[in-house]
Amino acid sequence: MNAPQSSSDPLLSIRNLDVTFGRGDKETRAVDGVSYDVPAGTIVGVVGESGSGKSVTSLAVMGLLPQRGCRTSGEILFDGVNLLGRSDAEMSRIRGKEIAMVFQDPMSSLNPVVPVGTQVTEVLRTHEKVSAAEARDRAGDLLKRCGIPDPLRRLKEYPHQLSGGMRQRAMIAIALACKPRLLICDEPTTALDVTIQAQVLELLAELVSDLGTAMIMITHDLGVVAGLCDHVNVMYAGRIVESAPRRELFANPQHRYTQGLLHSIPRLDHPRGAPLQPIPGTPRDTVAWDKACAFAPRCRYVTEECVTPEIDLDELSAGHQVRCVHPATRAETIADGSAATAQEATA
Amino acid sequence: MSSPVERPEAAATLADQGTEGGNLLTVRGLKVHYPIRKGLVFDRTVGHVQAVDGVDLDVPRGQTYGLVGESGCGKSTLGRALLQLEDATAGSVDFDGTELTKLSGERLRVLRRRMQMVFQDPMASLDPRQSVQSLLIEPLRVHGLAPADVEEFGPDSPSSHLAKAAAMLEVVGLPRASLAKYPHEFSGGQRQRIGIARAMILNPDLVIADEPVSALDVSVQAQVINLLEHLQDLFGLTYVVIAHDLAVVRHISDRIGVMYLGHIVEEADADTLYAEPMHPYTLALMSAIPVPDPVLEDSRERVLLAGDLPSPANPPAGCRFHTRCPFVQDDCRTVVPELRVLGPRKVACHHAEEIHQQAAVTVIDGTD
Repeated sequence: MNAPQSSSDPLLSIRNLDVTFGRGDKETRAVDGVSYDVPAGTIVGVVGESGSGKSVTSLAVMGLLPQRGCRTSGEILFDGVNLLGRSDAEMSRIRGKEIAMVFQDPMSSLNPVVPVGTQVTEVLRTHEKVSAAEARDRAGDLLKRCGIPDPLRRLKEYPHQLSGGMRQRAMIAIALACKPRLLICDEPTTALDVTIQAQVLELLAELVSDLGTAMIMITHDLGVVAGLCDHVNVMYAGRIVESAPRRELFANPQHRYTQGLLHSIPRLDHPRGAPLQPIPGTPRDTVAWDKACAFAPRCRYVTEECVTPEIDLDELSAGHQVRCVHPATRAETIADGSAATAQEATA
Repeated sequence: MSSPVERPEAAATLADQGTEGGNLLTVRGLKVHYPIRKGLVFDRTVGHVQAVDGVDLDVPRGQTYGLVGESGCGKSTLGRALLQLEDATAGSVDFDGTELTKLSGERLRVLRRRMQMVFQDPMASLDPRQSVQSLLIEPLRVHGLAPADVEEFGPDSPSSHLAKAAAMLEVVGLPRASLAKYPHEFSGGQRQRIGIARAMILNPDLVIADEPVSALDVSVQAQVINLLEHLQDLFGLTYVVIAHDLAVVRHISDRIGVMYLGHIVEEADADTLYAEPMHPYTLALMSAIPVPDPVLEDSRERVLLAGDLPSPANPPAGCRFHTRCPFVQDDCRTVVPELRVLGPRKVACHHAEEIHQQAAVTVIDGTD
């Protein structure tokens, strides 16, 4: 990238991003005016269910959305330069070098007929002038760094010869090969077992802090976000509904959807036997944001005022924004929190 | 975490109830081995995948038994073997006084009415070309239940197939209008409700649910968990719930077995298991689960396991967990640990007591 970055600007700044699929009656707005920043060296979590637009946002950043049948508008500023509307050739120079991505299922994102080593060296040889031998050495080092035992043998193996956790480590090695400044992880541990998930998350946190890479962590698992991210954005039906620093979000969730998510999962840190309070309906039961709150059909606290077009993302306290007509009052969440702590204390 | 003090008594009474008379399902020494074959012309068996290797289970009537473990530990194979959907290599499965492994054909088919299964992915387990009505009536036809037909009694007769199907749909929380629809017209959670209705319509005694919520959106999982609990109260069902999500299993189960490479390594009632895990694998599994509480996450100490699950075709000698165990000692590599009774639980580890003392320190550090 050629534009110099002033010290105060975030590394990535998404501004009013819209992504629309289809036309006319079949038009679907997958991402609806999303704005968020990723400052250099931080980890930003994006939480949402299927259809919330969390993955489409990241595909737009990578320039991986299909060119036909899909319209985007807004700005994606990486280092102050807009990535939207760049040519394929320009994006190819950025992808893998400046911004890299780790996908959910390593079996379908690695090439099954190419040895793992070749897939790692390919990135190095594309973006940097290195000899084949040097690339191979560096690939070996990368695999080793990503916790793959016996890396020189693994370089010659094919993806099917590796276990799921190893494949995801190889994906991470490929993504970090050129020391990108931004790493996007889209549900990187969803396909893995919990003990392997813990290994991979630990590895990601360690590598990102060593390399000073910024990271976007896309997940549906609030637990993953709680342990890893600096700032969290909760998405619903294409919009950010709540955005807050990690500790603030979990200590004081204000949006009814965020609260609902936290109450609907069985939790190991709460006493057993507390009944679950599910969110009624399914993520498909939405209304368009330009008519009312999209979460209104599933919300327990819905009133007539919720049928307001274009509800704003209000800043309630420093860094904590909520898109809700009736956000939870601070007293409510504190009462909620102290009840939970009291339960823990008596247990 | 709940208090470890009062739990053991509760567990003891629980274990007492679990005597032969109160058990719906009793499994002894169950093994399921799959042959590995090689050769194009001459089919030779060159080894066995020991998917389930000597499991004992007691499932008391009206309770929920949870099976947890990672992929490849044999929990799904065990679930299928309980219903004789997989042939047992050795061992016995006693269902309400009938030995299942020796049954075949018609006698087994008749018993199957009382043992039903709920599958993980309702998109894969429901025929996309069958309407909901046809899906729900099929099990009734197969088992010759409700012979009184629509033509004879009219669609509103309570004994007709259709009335039963509609009533069952209502129980699982779907409108009657769904009868004419096809599986693709429903969301994941609704499809799972149809899968559950299909299992429940035969009025079974035992329901085996294999990962019933793992394919669903987070906000919908709780709906299905609550539905399963509601149905258990309504029909007095006995459940075996198989899942990899420990939080879900803890919520729904009375007693839990932790599986590793075809063995049960620890078994206890839900509160004891989570308050005081004794097997190092249970400990690692529990500490690996991310908790949605940043304060706890930051202070938590993890028992990180090295490496992957070894191949069940060539399991390690001695304790099967020794290759990944952070507390491994010499005898673990050679001597197979028995599943021994230790207070309110059973645990298969030579050094459970010492590990527990070390771990107790970490647990306290982690929560305070």
